[in-house]
Amino acid sequence: MEKRTDKNSYTIIFAIGMVLIVGALLAYLASALKPMIQENERLEKQQNILYAMGVNENEGTSANFVSTEDAPKLFGQYIKKQLVIENGSVAEDTTAYLIDVKKEQAKAKAGKTRRLPLFVGEKDGKTFYIAPIRGKGLWDAIWGYVALDENMVVQGAYFDHKGETPGLGANIKQRFFMDDFIGEHLLNANGEFKGITVAKGNGDPKNNDKLDNEVDAIAGATITGDGVTVMIKKDLKLYLPYFNKLKNK
Amino acid sequence: MGKDSRLILDPLADNNPITIQVLGICSALAITAELEASIVMSISVLFVLAVGNVVISLMRNIIPSKIRIIVQLIVVATLVIIVDLVLKAFAYELSKTLSVFVGLIITNCIIMGRFEAFALGNGPWRSFLDGIGNSLGYAIILIIVGFFRELLGSGTLLGYPVLGNPIPGELTGLYAYGYENNGFMLLSPMALIVVGIIIWIQRTRNKALIED
Repeated sequence: MEKRTDKNSYTIIFAIGMVLIVGALLAYLASALKPMIQENERLEKQQNILYAMGVNENEGTSANFVSTEDAPKLFGQYIKKQLVIENGSVAEDTTAYLIDVKKEQAKAKAGKTRRLPLFVGEKDGKTFYIAPIRGKGLWDAIWGYVALDENMVVQGAYFDHKGETPGLGANIKQRFFMDDFIGEHLLNANGEFKGITVAKGNGDPKNNDKLDNEVDAIAGATITGDGVTVMIKKDLKLYLPYFNKLKNK
Repeated sequence: MGKDSRLILDPLADNNPITIQVLGICSALAITAELEASIVMSISVLFVLAVGNVVISLMRNIIPSKIRIIVQLIVVATLVIIVDLVLKAFAYELSKTLSVFVGLIITNCIIMGRFEAFALGNGPWRSFLDGIGNSLGYAIILIIVGFFRELLGSGTLLGYPVLGNPIPGELTGLYAYGYENNGFMLLSPMALIVVGIIIWIQRTRNKALIED
């Protein structure tokens, strides 16, 4: 005898019912939790930007942000100006840090002008110019913030990723990798934009040579490393006109 | 009770999901380059498999057999997404650490395998125990593989340098005697070889496990 659960009509009704229930449940949860998730993401951006300019709670070899409670206060304290560069003109915008770099990159691809956020921070009398970057790793998106001085020398970097392999590509957000960028020059000796290459076997594992436009790569994470190279080259080059103007002032 | 405890103990050795059933190999290769990642993944799978097994077991009499695989997939995916959303809202830092593993959990063959082979035919309590047992069996192998890969590949354990300082010019510990990390251990094929060695040892000790 055929079981009740083998009937086609039962199968279809079950499938429809299940989809409705699961769909409704997930949609409800997603919309109920959305404000909290967005708030978390907003604070994280502030923490990332502050991290890049050296306002963090690093201990030993692990990278630690300032706490989420302190982030808005410290962000207001250290970030003096938030700029948006559009078509060469610079404007101040106090919500520049909320600009979605992914959307702006899509805009540029579609032939429209891209808004470039830049954050000017000050700490211990030094000025930092912090720019967001975004690119592709092995599996998914990678992104970060790079703090520069007026000569385009890296003062600090923060990288993050969506789904790089734990233990390999995911290590781009470890301090041993991010700290290697500090002091590296984006320009070469002739003042041309060179970027920073994540290089395999550059014979400089301790990263003593800050002028070679190279940092040591992570073993087993070649494609993620190449992604970092590309996003630094592509996205930071867009800020070159701004820095050129800054120098000629 | 003796029967129930076997549900937990069997998968640890003689019916291990990785070395005997050869399930979950994909994640055993992918994320065992570091011990910490192995442990995090094991805990995540423990949670999803135990809860998922109970849910499927409760539904076992109403699931249409023709679409049972899809139903199982929906249950895993829903569970994982709910956990991910809740963590993002209330424990953002933790969710960032775990987000990498979410995709790996949904596609983990052990989970589908246990739903199909056990939860569909057994009650919720026994399914729960089966879930715990199998994920612990999975965890043991992951942790063993992660231990050797991190130790031999990076010279660290849980991020702490246990073999000394490998940086040229300031060599300490074993490195001072000419020892070098084996970068090959960090690549996925070496995980397969480590798992292979475990299978070899296990079957040499217990000949009953060898299939004809």
